[in-house]
Amino acid sequence: MRAFTYERADSARDAAARAASTPGAKFIAGGTNLLDLMKLEIETPRHLIDVNGLGFDRIEKTGDGGLRIGALVRNTDLAADMRVRKDYGVLSRALLAGASGQLRNKATTAGNLLQRTRCPYFYDTNQPCNKRKPGSGCAAIGGYSRQLAVIGSSESCIATHPSDMAVALRALDATVETVNAAGQARAIPIADFHRLPGDTPHIETALAPGEFITGVTLPKPIGGRHYYEKVRDRASYAFALVSVAAVIHKDGTGRVALGGVAHKPWRVEAAETAMPEGARAVSARLLAGARPTHDNAFKVPLAERALAAVMMQARTA
Amino acid sequence: MADLPELDISRRGMLGGGTATVVIAASPVAAAQDKEPMQADPPAPIPLSFEVNGEKRDLTLDSRTTLLDALREHLHLTGTKKGCDHGQCGACTVLVDGVRINSCLTLAVMHQGDRITTIEGLGTPDRLHPMQAAFVQHDGYQCGYCTPGQICSAVAVLDEIGRGVPSYVAADLTERPRMTDIEMRERMSGNICRCGAYSNIAEAMAQVAGERA
Repeated sequence: MRAFTYERADSARDAAARAASTPGAKFIAGGTNLLDLMKLEIETPRHLIDVNGLGFDRIEKTGDGGLRIGALVRNTDLAADMRVRKDYGVLSRALLAGASGQLRNKATTAGNLLQRTRCPYFYDTNQPCNKRKPGSGCAAIGGYSRQLAVIGSSESCIATHPSDMAVALRALDATVETVNAAGQARAIPIADFHRLPGDTPHIETALAPGEFITGVTLPKPIGGRHYYEKVRDRASYAFALVSVAAVIHKDGTGRVALGGVAHKPWRVEAAETAMPEGARAVSARLLAGARPTHDNAFKVPLAERALAAVMMQARTA
Repeated sequence: MADLPELDISRRGMLGGGTATVVIAASPVAAAQDKEPMQADPPAPIPLSFEVNGEKRDLTLDSRTTLLDALREHLHLTGTKKGCDHGQCGACTVLVDGVRINSCLTLAVMHQGDRITTIEGLGTPDRLHPMQAAFVQHDGYQCGYCTPGQICSAVAVLDEIGRGVPSYVAADLTERPRMTDIEMRERMSGNICRCGAYSNIAEAMAQVAGERA
């Protein structure tokens, strides 16, 4: 691990100002992904700003009947909150599908959104990777790509976003709230928060340098039955090959977002109008334009079947 | 020095600065990765204090020291094991303020004032924790390397179920979880046992859960 200096932040605004003005600075909260990457020298911050003392660890009702989740609420605590379990079950289930008990106890809401891809070529510093070293090329294209993206990818990058939580937040139309070095707050719709790789796969989110996430807001509950179906190589503690976050109403309408298929949680609102027609119709629109590799072509039919399984559960519930 | 393996050169360069920096700059591997120039001196060590197994401990540590290394290398509590050092195996599991975490994926300096419990704090050879006794009774190990992490995790799992924390296998998220085999197996998935003692670990946990109920 590279040497770094360390400080504990006093306020979100100061943390943002320090991060914006200190070369090589990064925030650290749970640290479960950052320290993993620092040990491999994939991340080499020269200064760490520990934000764990800043609060932002509560889940509160908003004025319009939704929930505001503090940036530092731990994944376990968010999944266990009874309001989330009752009204936003897709979020609770997605969180519980991710990582292990130990990691969920430490990982935070904001950190989960900001975790990096688990593409094996991003992790192997002997390989070219446009995300790790812009302009060096992508060894995943033409390489071992079974886990990687089937849609929204580019000639520069075919990595996926690894989060389960973010897929549920996309289905729920969550908003990411931030503060910048000047103390200005802004709200970023989750749909705009993560970016597609294009030719700048190293730029993964809409955040400006130093911009600090203070929380995530959920709109008021939309009812329906909530599902998070995760297909993976072992029954627990593995990243998704494909995951389906869905909220399905009695009349067959609803929302669907996919994980494990793209550089960001994958949702196409226009595809959801086909939900009463069944999984095949939805999947055809949701994954129209997919460009899978030889290794991961199975993900396209797998996503359709996982969605069909969820829709059958909703019909028979 | 130029014959040393790459990693060794990097570490010496970090600590020594000066001439070592020249060696690194001349190394084709280091140049190819376009790394930032080395700092001449490592940052000053950071003082911290926390409670380990009921005892207040004061340390002054390099910022890079993980909680795991602080426990093993500085406090010589070697019951907590280093397996993968990347949060994948669970051998380093300890309890911080009663909650289980991977001690390899957290910096010691992030635990100022925290209350840490390791396997040494759960029980002693003369006074085993009920979970330790159950692991012995049910042969919940073979080589034993993952065992301290398994036991710390198992103790925390029963606590989590008791507190009503749900898991992925819940049929109904709003119901209280129960101490079933499938619940315990799902919650123990972050602890890997290469000897494959899983079924015996599950039996040990079921016994302790039964005694509690």
